[in-house]
Amino acid sequence: MNATATKPEAFPEKHYVNAEYGIRSWLLTTDHKRIALLYLVSVTGFFFIGGIFAALIRIHLLTPAGYLVTPETYNKLFTMHGVAMIFFFLIPAIPAVLGNFLIPLMIGAKDLAFPRINLLSWYLYMIGGGLVLFSFLSGGLDTGWTFYTPLSSVYSNSAVAPAVLGIFINGFSSILTGLNFLVTIHTMRAPGMTWFRMPMFVWTHYATSIIMILGTPVVATTLALAGMERLFHLGFFNPALGGDPVLFQHLFWFYSHPAVYIMILPAMGVISEIITTFARKPLFGYKVMTAASLAIAVVGFLVWTHHMFVAGQSTYAALAFSLLTMLVAVPSAVKTFNWTATMYKGSVSYDTPMLYAFGFIGLFLIGGLTGLFLGTLGTDIHIHDTMFVVAHFHYIMVGGAVFGYMGGLHLWWPKISGRMYPEFVARISAIVLFVGFNMTFFPQFVMGYIGMPRRYHTYPPEFQVLNVLSTAGASILAIGYIVPIFYLLWSIRHGAIAGRNPWPSTGLEWQTASPPPTENFAVTPEVTWEAYDFDNRPDLGLARAADRGHK
Amino acid sequence: MQSQLPLFPEQASNFAGSIDALMFYILVTAVFFAVTVTLVVLYFAVKFRRTDEKEIGTPIHGSTTLEVAWTILPLILALVMFAWGASIYVNYRQPPADTLDIYVIGKQWMWKLQQPDGRREINELHIPVNRNVKLIMASEDVIHDFFVPAFRVKMDVVPGRYTTLWFRPTKTGRYHFFCSQYCGTNHAIMGGWVTVMEPADYAAWLSGEQADINPAAAGEKLFAQFACSSCHLLTGKGRGPSLMGVYGSKVLLADGSTVLADEAYIRESILNPKAKIVAGYQPLMPTFQGQVSEDQILSLTAYIKSLQVQTAPAAPAAAAPDTGKK
Repeated sequence: MNATATKPEAFPEKHYVNAEYGIRSWLLTTDHKRIALLYLVSVTGFFFIGGIFAALIRIHLLTPAGYLVTPETYNKLFTMHGVAMIFFFLIPAIPAVLGNFLIPLMIGAKDLAFPRINLLSWYLYMIGGGLVLFSFLSGGLDTGWTFYTPLSSVYSNSAVAPAVLGIFINGFSSILTGLNFLVTIHTMRAPGMTWFRMPMFVWTHYATSIIMILGTPVVATTLALAGMERLFHLGFFNPALGGDPVLFQHLFWFYSHPAVYIMILPAMGVISEIITTFARKPLFGYKVMTAASLAIAVVGFLVWTHHMFVAGQSTYAALAFSLLTMLVAVPSAVKTFNWTATMYKGSVSYDTPMLYAFGFIGLFLIGGLTGLFLGTLGTDIHIHDTMFVVAHFHYIMVGGAVFGYMGGLHLWWPKISGRMYPEFVARISAIVLFVGFNMTFFPQFVMGYIGMPRRYHTYPPEFQVLNVLSTAGASILAIGYIVPIFYLLWSIRHGAIAGRNPWPSTGLEWQTASPPPTENFAVTPEVTWEAYDFDNRPDLGLARAADRGHK
Repeated sequence: MQSQLPLFPEQASNFAGSIDALMFYILVTAVFFAVTVTLVVLYFAVKFRRTDEKEIGTPIHGSTTLEVAWTILPLILALVMFAWGASIYVNYRQPPADTLDIYVIGKQWMWKLQQPDGRREINELHIPVNRNVKLIMASEDVIHDFFVPAFRVKMDVVPGRYTTLWFRPTKTGRYHFFCSQYCGTNHAIMGGWVTVMEPADYAAWLSGEQADINPAAAGEKLFAQFACSSCHLLTGKGRGPSLMGVYGSKVLLADGSTVLADEAYIRESILNPKAKIVAGYQPLMPTFQGQVSEDQILSLTAYIKSLQVQTAPAAPAAAAPDTGKK
C-alpha cells in the first residue's frame, strides 16, 4: 500500500552522530541521543568489568577447596561484581541508555526537559564510577554489595570509603535522570500524545523515575552514614558506639528493594514494545498494564524487611511485610499473563528481539515464582542467605533486566545506528544466552535448598557437582554476551540500511529517520492514533490477513 | 554418606517436615504457572506465527473478565502461602518453655557454644534427640548467622543484642551447621557440626570429661569481681535493687511501665543501665560497656537466673522464655 515501508531507503546524510565531530562535541553534548551513546559505552564497560569478576568467581568454585584465589580475593571478587553490576550497569542500563535515547522520540519531543542536567547525570555517573574503580584498584572492596554494618563500617580492611563515596555521587546521577524523565513526560508530549496513548516503555520509565527520586536519597544517605562511622567513628550502626546494626539494613533495603524494580520495570516496558511490534497487535489490557507498573512502584516501597526475616526483627513486622510481599507478586503475574495474551491471534515473528522477549517471559516466570519461596515466612527461614537467593535474583536481574536490555538494544539498534544487525547470528546468540543462563543459575536453586550458604569461597564436597554444572553454564553464557559486541560493531559499517521503520512498529520514534536528526523530528508530530493501533495505521503498509481459519 | 548429587537435604528437626511441605505446595503452584504460561506462549508463537509479511494481528484490546480472574487467582494462592508460612514462622519465633538452653557466641570466624552445665565446645554442638533446644546467641563483632540445613532453621547473630533460635532434633546423626550471614574473610569456614545423640549417650558425653566451671558459679565470681555485689545486696537494702528472683519476673520501672526481666533486659541493664531505671532507685550504676565480654555477660546472666527464691515453686524461671520481643 504505502511505498515507504517497502522501498529501500537511503541512509540519511545528516543525523545526530555526524552532526558534529571531535571529542568536545561528545563530551559537551546536550543531545539526549549522544548522551545515551556515552552511557552505552560506559555501562558496557562496567558490564564487562563485572563480568570478568563473575567469570573468576565461577572458575574458583569448580572445586570444594576453591580453585583459584585466596578467601580475601574471593570476597573482593563477589563484592566488586555486585557493586559494578548493580550500581553501574543494571540500574542505569535501560533508563540511561534506551530511556534517554527513546523517551523524547517516543513522545515527540526534541530533547529531555533539562538537556544540560542530563549531561551532568552522565558526569556524576562517571565520577562515581571512577571512585569505585579507584576503590577496586586501591585495595579492593570486600563488604558484599550490601555493605552490612558493622562489617563495612568497622571491621573491613578494604577500601570502603571511596566506594561508598562513589555510590553516593552516582546516586545523584540516578535522581537527576529520574527528575528529567518525569518533567519531560509531564510537559513535553507532542500534540495528541495523551497519557493513555503513551507507549508502555514511557509508562514504565515514569514509574521507575518515581522510585529513583524517592528511594535513591535514602541509600545515598545510608551509605554516607556508614562511611562517616568508618572514618570518624560516629556511632550510627556500630553497637559498641551505641548504634544499631539492623537499622542499617532497614535503611539499605528501603532503597535496595525498590532498586530491583528500577531494574525490572524498564525491562517490562521494553518487553511490551517488543511483543506488540512482533505480534503486531495492541497490548492486551493497556490500562491494567499501566496500573500494574505504578502499583509495583508504590507497593515495592512497602516490602523491604522481607530481606530481614531472620535478622531478629519483630514477628509482627515480619508478618506484615510478608503479606505485602505477596501483594507485590500480583501485578507482576498480571503483566506476564497480559504479554502472553497479547500474542493471541497475533502475527508472530521470531526476530531476535522477540526471542529475547520469549526468554524474558520464561526467566522472569522462574525468577518471580521463586520469589514466592523467599517472601513466604516459613520457607524463607531455610533458604534465606543461601545460593537459592543468588539464583532467584539473577533470574530477575539477568533473566529479566538483562534480557530486556538485550532485546531492547536489538529492537532499537536500527534506530540508534541506522543499520540492521545480522539476524541469523543474533538469533543464535540469543538462544546461546538463554541456554547458558539457565545452566548457570538453575543448579544454584538446588544448591541453596540443600543448604549451601551464599558468599562461600569453599564448600563441602556434596555441593560440587552442581557447582561444576553452574561453571560450565557460565562459559556458555559468556559467549552469549561477547558475540553481540562483535556483530553490533560490525553492523555499524556493514549492516543493511535500516530505514525509518524496519519492523515496522507503531511508535513515534519510528516516524523519523534512522538514525534520527539532532532535532529528532523535522516537524513536531501530531498524534491521532492510540498506542499499538496497527489496525488504523495505513502508513505502515500492513493489513489484516484474511481469516486464516483460526478460531 | 552423601550421594554425588543430592537433591534433598535430610529432615532432622521438628521444622523440617512442615517447611518442606510448604515448600512443596509453593513448588507445585510455581511449576503449574511456569509450565502453563510457557506452553501457552509456545502454542501462541507457533499457532499465530506470521505467514505473510504484511499481515497484522486481530485487534484485541483486553478482556476485563480474564484480567480480573488472573488477578484474583494468584492473589488467593499467594495469601494461602502467606498464611501457611506465617503459622510456621510464629512457631519458630516462640520457643517452648521447657528448653535445653545453649549459649552461643559468634566471632570472626568461629562459634563458641556452651552447655547448661558449663561445658564448652568450639564449632561443635552436642544435643540430645527429641528435646527442645534453645540457642541464646550473641556476637562479639559483626553479624553472623547460625544455620543448620538439616533442621531447616537459621537465625542471625547480631552484635549488641541477643537472638534466640529453637528447634527439636528428631533424628540422631551429625549435621553441618554454617554461618549464613557474610561476616568477612573466613565466612565460608565458620561452621561445624551438630551431633544429635540419644539422651543416654548425651548424658554420658556430658559426664565424660571434666565439665568447665558452671556458668552460674563463674557468674557469681564475676558478680563480686565487678563489685556488683556492693550495691545489689540480696537483702534489698543496697543502692541497687536486689536481684533475688528478678529473672522471669515483671519489673516496675521509674516511668511507671513494666518490663519482663529476660536475658535481653539483664544484658541491657549491664551495658546500658540508664535505659531502664527500676522504680524507687537512682540512676547511679555505671555502664560496663567495653569492660565485660559477651562470655562474662552470659555467666552473669546465668548467675542472676540462678537467684531464685527457693521456697517458691520454680515456676517463674520456666515461664520466662525470651519470645523474641524486640
